[in-house]
Amino acid sequence: MSFVEYSDCIQAGDVAIIYQSHDSMMPVKVQQGAQTQTRYGVIRHSSDLIGQRYGSKVTCSKGGWVYVLHPTPELWTITLPHRTQILYTTDISMVTMMLELKPGSIVCESGTGSGSLSHAILRTIAPTGHLHTVEFHQQRAEKAVEEFKEHRVDHLVTVRNQDVCKEGFGVTGVADAVFLDIPSPWEAVRHAKAAMKRHGGRLCSFSPCIEQVQRTCEALTDEGFEEISTLEVLLRVHDVRTVSLPLPDFGSDPSAQPQPDSAEKPTPPQTSTTLKTTTPPREVPGHTGYLTFATKPRT
Amino acid sequence: MADNGDEDSAYRIKQGDYVVLKRGDIFKAAQIQPKKKVIFEKQWFFLDNAVGQLFSTTFEIVSGVLHVRKPKDAESSIDAKEVGTDNRNIVDDGKSQKLTRDDIEALKEQGLDGQEIIQQLIENSSTFRDKTGYAQDKYIKKKKKKYENTVTILKPSCRILAMMYHGREPGKICHLRYDTLAQMLTLANVHAGSKVLVFETCAGLVLGAVMERMGGFGSVIQMYPGGEPLRPGVESFGFPSHFHDMLHDFPICRVNALLAGTLKTTAKDPSADSKPSDMPAEEMIQPEGEQQGSPEEQGTDTNSPTDGADEQEKEEQDKRREAKAHERKVKLEEKRKKLAAVAPLLEGRDADGLVIASRFHPCPVLMNLLKFLSPSRPFVVYSQYKEPLIECYTKLKEQGGAINMMITDTWLRQYQVLPNRTHPVLLMSGGGGYLLSGTTVTTDRSKPAGSQQAVEPAPKRQKLTDTEG
Repeated sequence: MSFVEYSDCIQAGDVAIIYQSHDSMMPVKVQQGAQTQTRYGVIRHSSDLIGQRYGSKVTCSKGGWVYVLHPTPELWTITLPHRTQILYTTDISMVTMMLELKPGSIVCESGTGSGSLSHAILRTIAPTGHLHTVEFHQQRAEKAVEEFKEHRVDHLVTVRNQDVCKEGFGVTGVADAVFLDIPSPWEAVRHAKAAMKRHGGRLCSFSPCIEQVQRTCEALTDEGFEEISTLEVLLRVHDVRTVSLPLPDFGSDPSAQPQPDSAEKPTPPQTSTTLKTTTPPREVPGHTGYLTFATKPRT
Repeated sequence: MADNGDEDSAYRIKQGDYVVLKRGDIFKAAQIQPKKKVIFEKQWFFLDNAVGQLFSTTFEIVSGVLHVRKPKDAESSIDAKEVGTDNRNIVDDGKSQKLTRDDIEALKEQGLDGQEIIQQLIENSSTFRDKTGYAQDKYIKKKKKKYENTVTILKPSCRILAMMYHGREPGKICHLRYDTLAQMLTLANVHAGSKVLVFETCAGLVLGAVMERMGGFGSVIQMYPGGEPLRPGVESFGFPSHFHDMLHDFPICRVNALLAGTLKTTAKDPSADSKPSDMPAEEMIQPEGEQQGSPEEQGTDTNSPTDGADEQEKEEQDKRREAKAHERKVKLEEKRKKLAAVAPLLEGRDADGLVIASRFHPCPVLMNLLKFLSPSRPFVVYSQYKEPLIECYTKLKEQGGAINMMITDTWLRQYQVLPNRTHPVLLMSGGGGYLLSGTTVTTDRSKPAGSQQAVEPAPKRQKLTDTEG
């Protein structure tokens, strides 16, 4: 397994996703002799996981079962250990397309944070691209390096522990795309420009507050960025339900019985109808952040 | 900074390139062909002058010819010295603009460029000076949109083409909005080196998007309805030729045969390979392949000789028929070879991803194509409507083999960000379609899982399926 390449069977050292239910998944590092507790009992890695096919059902000690899934950046995003607030798949999808990421892209990112977006970028730019990611928090930077190695994508990424607003990305003139998720992105705009290829590229900045967007757009305009556009994308989930709607009883309708003799046994009136429909969850995230995109023209 | 003149050549527009024309928010795909007239935004012009220029260059259109816009023009803004504070004294009497339509036409004919016309309009507007700075900005912007005759030539990308199709021809792509397409590519974990099945009737936009994300690594198998795979949109991406080596296609009408293992007639083709003009080869394929087309053709074929046409005509007809038959045979042969080549890619039932976006009912498509996926692989189905996806969801839940299913759509809002004038854009897209996504798992019928299921206590199972919902 690797986050950029599928494999069929689980091996020692892999990261696998244990699926207990739609809202209960967890990543496990597969190791000989190791055990994992689930709500259905224990899973023994040597016998239950290693050598099994990804996607198989694994019976736990208490008789219940779980599925074991091949890791993907999307599954990682919903199971990863949070060290910071993270970007979720809906925003990540938009960022990936609007930054025009594809195999071979050179990307700069800051901050690395919990690495949710990083994994999605790496998946998309592999096998020929590279990610330069900058995280000023030393512990987080170290943790990210460790994870990238564990997930076998470390050959595609360079983590730098520095302040992007002061020291930039550590590279110049190489990036096709830059992504900023920092509190003061306007301070990093000129570094972003310097990191990008001479012939141009795309930039994205993610900010929760409109004041941040305002200042970033000003900085982008000042630095000569074009096609500046801000948008927001929200996911709506539709839960499938079978609902039953009761029908009111209007009492017997005398005009509906033209043949009185056949009305010996009136069919009992229908009391409800059922249908398949969807309902929105009771509470949904209403805002994640504004995404500001821009194009750096050729300089 | 290692860029030099030579490196630029990769970014220069060449003869035959597929490009996208842009003006404001309007896009149009085109191909650079000598002396070919292009009509875009009510203007016509030739693209010849774009050859040799860099992508993303903006051109001025002067009587049908492109001229590179001088950089100073781009920035020379129209300065207004006086501004008003409010509109209490501005009256709409319809007489504020002193220039008539004819005057403006005359200015255009004199060959004035957009900038100059706008300057004239401002000078002849009696109310412009009284407008607030913001209103003046808005006025200029509006006029620019109308009178500026520029066009920018871009390198195509999934982003641009998806936005273009959604803006120009949403009907051709089943109203798939670009943010929805973005979700699909991520949810299906499309990436280099995998084997992805695509079933789409979105002009090839979805197929092209998948191909772009795979960068020429791995394989894409397009399952197509009808006689030929239709994908005009793929061309617009302007992929390098090696990208097409990873693209395969398989007719959806053969899926049942493939699943049943009865596709053999076409698969054992090496023998036919050696004698391509053999009659039996055609007969062999006839019963399966050309069922729809053949009765009609046969009808006209048998009719013509009995008409009693004179010898010569008949001979010529025969010749033509022979040529036609031969052509058809060659085509069929090619088709069969392709089929024989692609069938093994599917027979392993080990595809890594499935993307469906079509005008067909998604349910049968999904149920059949899912069989070609390995376990623990993502799939995503697009539909313009939610109800068919509810049906898919219900059916999959009954049948098993998939988990983590979700029906979603995304909501996209754009913002105008300007000093003191930031707000959501007034008009937003009503809907971009719905997605059903999920992950495949091994089905209960396979190997050990079946026996385990029998042993399991019933209540536990009940509980698990409940929470899955």
